[in-house]
Amino acid sequence: MISNANNAWVLFSAVLVMFMTVPALGLFYGGLVKKKNVLALMMQSFTCLIVVSLLWVTVGYSLAFSPTEWIPGVLGDFKWALLNGISPIDPSPYTVSDPNGPVSHLTFVIFQCMFAVITPAVISGAFAERMKFSSYLVFSVLWLFLVYIPLAHMAWSTNGFFAKHGLMDYAGGTVVEINSGFSALAGVLLLGRRKNLKHLPPHNLTYTLIGGAMLWFGWFGFNAGSGLAADGLAANAVLTTNTAAAAAGLVWAILDWVVQKKPTILGAVTGAVGGLVAITPAAGYVTVGGALLLGASAGAVCFIFVVFVKSSLGYDDSLDAFGVHGIAGVLGTIGVGLLASPAITAPFHMNGGKGFAGLFFGDPHALGIQIEATVTSMIWAFLGTLAVFALLEVTMGLRVTERDEAIGLDITQHNEKAYTLIE
Amino acid sequence: MKLIVAIIQPYRLDEVKQALYSADVQLMTVSEVLGHGRQGGVTEVYRGSRETGNLLRKIRLEIAVNDDWVEPTITAIVSGAKTGELGDGKIFVYSLEECIRIRTEERGPSAIG
Repeated sequence: MISNANNAWVLFSAVLVMFMTVPALGLFYGGLVKKKNVLALMMQSFTCLIVVSLLWVTVGYSLAFSPTEWIPGVLGDFKWALLNGISPIDPSPYTVSDPNGPVSHLTFVIFQCMFAVITPAVISGAFAERMKFSSYLVFSVLWLFLVYIPLAHMAWSTNGFFAKHGLMDYAGGTVVEINSGFSALAGVLLLGRRKNLKHLPPHNLTYTLIGGAMLWFGWFGFNAGSGLAADGLAANAVLTTNTAAAAAGLVWAILDWVVQKKPTILGAVTGAVGGLVAITPAAGYVTVGGALLLGASAGAVCFIFVVFVKSSLGYDDSLDAFGVHGIAGVLGTIGVGLLASPAITAPFHMNGGKGFAGLFFGDPHALGIQIEATVTSMIWAFLGTLAVFALLEVTMGLRVTERDEAIGLDITQHNEKAYTLIE
Repeated sequence: MKLIVAIIQPYRLDEVKQALYSADVQLMTVSEVLGHGRQGGVTEVYRGSRETGNLLRKIRLEIAVNDDWVEPTITAIVSGAKTGELGDGKIFVYSLEECIRIRTEERGPSAIG
């Protein structure tokens, strides 16, 4: 029997996650690019919403989540293609903390759809200001099938081997964050650096601040909806999410102050997003204390990666999709193996009634599973995306011409511009 | 005294600035302008309506120099802005009647540098 209360919360969470892609991520990224590329950047997020929404209801959901499989543990089949055979009154086959109050199966479908939408949109930040739109469009289709869907099946479907090994990944540290981060890294390495890279400040940091705040807002649905119930565990997820974001924003701003002499807005916002990423796999497993620790360390580690490591290695991850999502995703997914507290999950009779415990709470076994899943996701995302990009490079080419890059992608890819100078 | 006005491609500004600094020309005023020469405008499309001949973004540099600095300044601008493509821009040189430094009210060639 479907619980209408749980259903209401998870439906609303799906809407919140949609809001994270467009406009939140589009604004967050859009403010960081030059003004001649802002529309092209936002169009990449919008493209994900359009393309993935259609792929998801036709075959994507079925391939990712159907219990019958073509490749055991990796890929489902067409059992639920076009959502065939799923009735609105069917309970979701997946529950987390409230097995007696499932949401509608259709609610689960749209909630997962929005996760599949935002993941490739996060990656797009790495390609900013130089990728052809036509190639991006094909990329978004190929990547969903070859990289996202198998990983979602491994992590979240009832047959997936992460799930069978007892992986703790509350809302997508592996499937969304590590996946998008390491895919971004692979893309950046194949695509190469932008021309005229130096001395180019972000064109509108107010967009970035608004977008970052909207991401924070939407992330409550992303994390607290992932328990598929409107219960106390969802409340814990909202609190840990908020706490980790705040801690990470504070730490980055302080490091800015110490190292770069001023606390920057961009630093505080970027740090907060890093904290949100890190708490994603952990939101329903750790206490607020654990969230403080995870958030603060995410702020520090992402700062070091973006400010020092990126510049010393010289790769051009335009908007730090790897430095924030990849790095904080790894930190959070491994961190939950240390910090998971059974005091959070035991009251919901999860994991056979004893709750989930990390190393610090007496279960050394958990950390190994977290590391195994982290490494598997890293390699899967990196190699899968490398293959997709190599294929695109030899067939369509990835980059715009040097002249088009100089004129800007808004005009050369879309025949529009975001701002006028006169009138 | 001359006033040198250069219209250049926006994405060459950084190179032009560096070339001017290397030539020891440190003073300039920069503005964003619209226009086009033989390169022509671009066509943009908004909800199906095509708008042709849209003006392109350009950068306008204004540099006031004494006569013996004219050639070095022109050479620096050309070296930074030239790509060989249509749309590289133009340089105009005007005679400058007077120059007054507001802070000290000094006039003429000594007020320029």
